Amino acid sequence: MDQKEPDTDLDTFPKLLASHVKLRPTRDAIREKDLGIWQSWTWAEAAAEIRALACGLASLGLKRGDKLAIIGDNRPRLYWGMTAAQALGAVPVPLYQDAVADEMAYVLDNADVRIALVENQEQVDKMLEVSERCPKVEHIIFDETRGLRHYEQEFLHDYEKVQLAGVAYDHDHPEFYDREVAAGSGADISIMLYTSGTTGNPKGVVLSNDNVIITARNGIVREGLTADEEVLAYLPMAWVGDNLFSYAQSYVAGFCVSCPEDASTVAQDLREIGPTYYFAPPRVYENMLTQVMIRIEDAAEIKRKLFHYFMEHARQVGVRILNGQSVSLKDSLLYKLGNILVYAPLKDVLGLSRTRLAYTAGEAIGPEIFDFYRSLGINIKQLYGQTECMVFICVQPDGEVYADTVGTPAIDVEIKIDDNGEIMYRSPGVFLSYYKNPESTASTKTEDGWVHTGDAGFFDEHNGHLKIIDRAKDVGKLNDGTLFAPKYIENKLKFFAFVKEAVLFGDGRDYSTAFINIDLDAVGNWAERRGLAYSGYIDLSNLDEVYQLIKECVDKVNQDLSADSRLANSQIRRFLILHKELDADDGELTRTRKVRRNFVGERYDILVNALYSDKTECHIDTQVTFEDGRTGSLAADVRICDAQVFADSSTDQEAAA
Amino acid sequence: MTQQSAAETILAVENISLSFGIMKVLDSISFDIRRGEIRSIIGPNGAGKSSMLNVINGFYHPQEGSITFKGETRKQMAPHVAASHGIARTFQNIALFKGMSTLDNIMTGRNLKMKTNLFWQALHIGPARLEELENREAAEKIIDFLDIQAIRKKPVGKLPYGLQKRVELGRALAAEPELLLLDEPMAGMNSEEKEDMSRFIIDVNSEFGTTIALIEHDMGVVMDLSDRVLVLDYGKQLADGLPDEVRNNQVVIDAYLGVPHEH
Repeated sequence: MDQKEPDTDLDTFPKLLASHVKLRPTRDAIREKDLGIWQSWTWAEAAAEIRALACGLASLGLKRGDKLAIIGDNRPRLYWGMTAAQALGAVPVPLYQDAVADEMAYVLDNADVRIALVENQEQVDKMLEVSERCPKVEHIIFDETRGLRHYEQEFLHDYEKVQLAGVAYDHDHPEFYDREVAAGSGADISIMLYTSGTTGNPKGVVLSNDNVIITARNGIVREGLTADEEVLAYLPMAWVGDNLFSYAQSYVAGFCVSCPEDASTVAQDLREIGPTYYFAPPRVYENMLTQVMIRIEDAAEIKRKLFHYFMEHARQVGVRILNGQSVSLKDSLLYKLGNILVYAPLKDVLGLSRTRLAYTAGEAIGPEIFDFYRSLGINIKQLYGQTECMVFICVQPDGEVYADTVGTPAIDVEIKIDDNGEIMYRSPGVFLSYYKNPESTASTKTEDGWVHTGDAGFFDEHNGHLKIIDRAKDVGKLNDGTLFAPKYIENKLKFFAFVKEAVLFGDGRDYSTAFINIDLDAVGNWAERRGLAYSGYIDLSNLDEVYQLIKECVDKVNQDLSADSRLANSQIRRFLILHKELDADDGELTRTRKVRRNFVGERYDILVNALYSDKTECHIDTQVTFEDGRTGSLAADVRICDAQVFADSSTDQEAAA
Repeated sequence: MTQQSAAETILAVENISLSFGIMKVLDSISFDIRRGEIRSIIGPNGAGKSSMLNVINGFYHPQEGSITFKGETRKQMAPHVAASHGIARTFQNIALFKGMSTLDNIMTGRNLKMKTNLFWQALHIGPARLEELENREAAEKIIDFLDIQAIRKKPVGKLPYGLQKRVELGRALAAEPELLLLDEPMAGMNSEEKEDMSRFIIDVNSEFGTTIALIEHDMGVVMDLSDRVLVLDYGKQLADGLPDEVRNNQVVIDAYLGVPHEH
């Protein structure tokens, strides 16, 4: 690190901000695309905005320890809201912007939010809808004025007016801001992040400034990040990863963060910004690859052949070149040619031309997807983390990247595996508590600071990397005692481009069965190329040919499972293709798009029962929730298909048994 | 007009009759549109709704009657006069430049706002350049307003129907009209697209204060959006009033809403 980095004794975000204003006042701190043009604010400009906003919030009565809810897409003003709150010693509480009003009401109330800073009319409407259930919310500040002209409630405030009031307040109390910033310390609460919660109500994870800043700095040191990084902030602000990558690390390292124009333009904005440091959940990488493959299949023959030829070459040598291993001169030259013809243009289209470091986490990533990006020379690595420790538990070191591990412990992180196989850790990032929930805090965090992850895993004997099998509580048993690791099998299914989601059942049953959600893009395109007509999702998912296609995927997974004696018996005997896409609005997925297996099992118990009978078809009526919150119903006859089961190929003895 | 209103009348139509040969399309229609309202014209197929819009913006020339727009009474109005006086419209069948991008289509809507001549525009210097920047900014504001940033540079011919409709609305808005005529803006849309479009119509009306005359088939949409509703049937004026009055008007129910073979 050069001497232009802020001192390590800067223990709050407003202090870090002030140091950047001294170190690099004219460099860009944050950008946003607006009216088709990237607008940027330097560190000095951002600091002025934040100061005005902080004073404005103070004039509305926000005090040390109060909570400020932040709801909306990634926008500079909302990020400034975080720093402004922190400057006053108040606590920002970002909420998922696509949550329905009911879900928000719980968090707003639980977190004792006094003021909410929201993006637009949509969010204001949701706030008004639940205002009676959240009496503690005193003021709502909105960024976009559109559509709000005729709203006359006096607790509604235009962002710009709050800032103007702040400027006046600052003028009347010139010492106020600096005094408040100086009063902050590393032990203060930095932020409260609500975990999406696969069961029960969301819990507010309370993180201190030290938790966040030390963890952010450790990540920067480990990966050698600098003030020159380019980052696109496009993941929900309520998610811990966004807070780390787009906020905390930007403030610590001093790099610029860019906010996309709109949720629908992220791919284009990514390409324009060309991030050097990038995080995406596996599903984003999968989608990108699916889109590329669809376009290649539709491309002219010469392009298609060129693509496949060079991608095959990359598959053979690309990963070795990225890992710095030696390859023959011929291979090296051919890779360079491929780079000119295929790899570089492809990376440019994906927006990953300049990417030095790409992370993925949250779910297992398919080995071929992982290798696809690595073979292109993109240094994509897996990490393992949680909200409870500000993300980092394990990271894959450069040059030691394997598709099936999550790497070695991050800096200052200790890990142990308890007797039940559950992974536990201790680090400077470990959260203070769950807000107003001492029972959960006590059951998650031991007295000496070890945290239960709830994940089952083990260290690989060969390379010392951590491997995750499943959620500890989800690992179950079939009636014959076979280990049943549903997520492990679901992930194997999801590695096929045609399978969007899979839900496995089998705990306490005689055999495993599966619900499959097809990927509308991939299967739709596949069907079109075969001239298969379909009218929509339900129709497509019920086609004979599609069932055959999915059966092949299931069969391959079964064959895979048969190679492992512990899992051979958990092969999928029967499956069905669901007639609707699993949706967070129906409660079937969490807001971070993880399947709620138990909920799905209860909601579709008719179908589950049919899977464990000899029926070949089952009628179902389903309630669905539209985006505006209305409900409707969806009826379908879902077919059930038997999959091929393979003999246990790991040892002959067990196969005989 | 006999009706008294607080709001100023922006457009008044008096005894308009329009025939094609022996076919009487509009038969002595009179109504007014007040500044700032959303005014709907409904009626079964062939009722004369689109013809009425075409008369307003000068495509059709009525044999009888007069149109008063912003205090000026004319027997007929030429389309370019209507446009330069602040009337913009969208069409039942989308009329965009299919090969041009969304942005360029919206920029064409700015045409009447461009004052510099071809010479300056060709050189793209001085006032023409400044003007181009201003118009681009206006177009970008519309793109932002309609939430179509992602298709800014896509050729509109490749866009789904619902989005093309939105671009067409964008082009009409680019002219910054005082009176916006929308000819079945929601035809052929699914319920989600209809809801989006309704939202935009309300927003245009409340944000820019644009007066809107709307032809629509979807009764739910009409009753929700409109301040007042005019009902036509076979070229005749059946009713005119608040949505609730129209909904409960027995003549309308008989002729339109309740007749089984219509709709």
